[in-house]
Amino acid sequence: MGFAFYIVSALTIGGALAAVLLKNLVHCALALTLAFLGLALLFLQLDAQFAGFAQILVYIGAVAILVVFAILLTRGSELPKEGVFSKTWPAGLAIAAAVFAVLGWAVLRVAPWLPQEMATPSVTVHQIGVELMGRYVLPLEIVAVLLTAALLGAVIVAMHEKEGAR
Amino acid sequence: MGMASPLVGYLLVAALVFAIGLAGALTRRNAILVLIGIELMLNAANLNLIAFWRYGPHPETLTGMMFAIFSIAVAAAEAAVGLGLVISIYRHAKTTDLEQMNRMKG
Repeated sequence: MGFAFYIVSALTIGGALAAVLLKNLVHCALALTLAFLGLALLFLQLDAQFAGFAQILVYIGAVAILVVFAILLTRGSELPKEGVFSKTWPAGLAIAAAVFAVLGWAVLRVAPWLPQEMATPSVTVHQIGVELMGRYVLPLEIVAVLLTAALLGAVIVAMHEKEGAR
Repeated sequence: MGMASPLVGYLLVAALVFAIGLAGALTRRNAILVLIGIELMLNAANLNLIAFWRYGPHPETLTGMMFAIFSIAVAAAEAAVGLGLVISIYRHAKTTDLEQMNRMKG
């Protein structure tokens, strides 16, 4: 576990914290992009190059842009008068802290039995393509149908209502 | 406890990002921020999948990484539909504040 891991982890966690804590939603979206970048770098550190670059393309290239579009279309950059946190925020914070405590406790408890450093797996994009066309062809087709349905659904949901249709 | 497994660091980072996302989804008023929190939780799960793939017994079978790749694709679809819904609700109710969205009927 090198120095690079700590820097990338700090980037990821800092980005995530800023994304949920900042007041201005546009700043939140930028911090979210930073967190996505940190996670992509963690994937690259774990020798999952394909997943890391897919993360950059899909999350930074598409999801972050979608979030910015949604913020600007809903005038989310204007600060609300009532504050940005809901009335029940202490309960939400307590639930999140409890979840982290349980997860952290479980990880630290099994830490001595987790596997040590092992040989770097060599995965080529060719291998991934062969697997996608072989063992994983059914999930691939289902994802294709899901993405088509989601695309059509998102367009229909967000389409302008006709004036007389109400 | 001697030399800790490198997996511990990744699992703790994933747990922390998941908790931050959960806190964001549960405490913010704006619907878009709730979606941002959900995206962070999905990403933390992906980090777990890839970390277990890397340090698991058979990384050459690619199972964990394939799971993460499919999860990324499904999360992209979820984000598109979720943000479409937020825009649609905004057009109807002129707000994205979840505490003002308390009617099922338009």
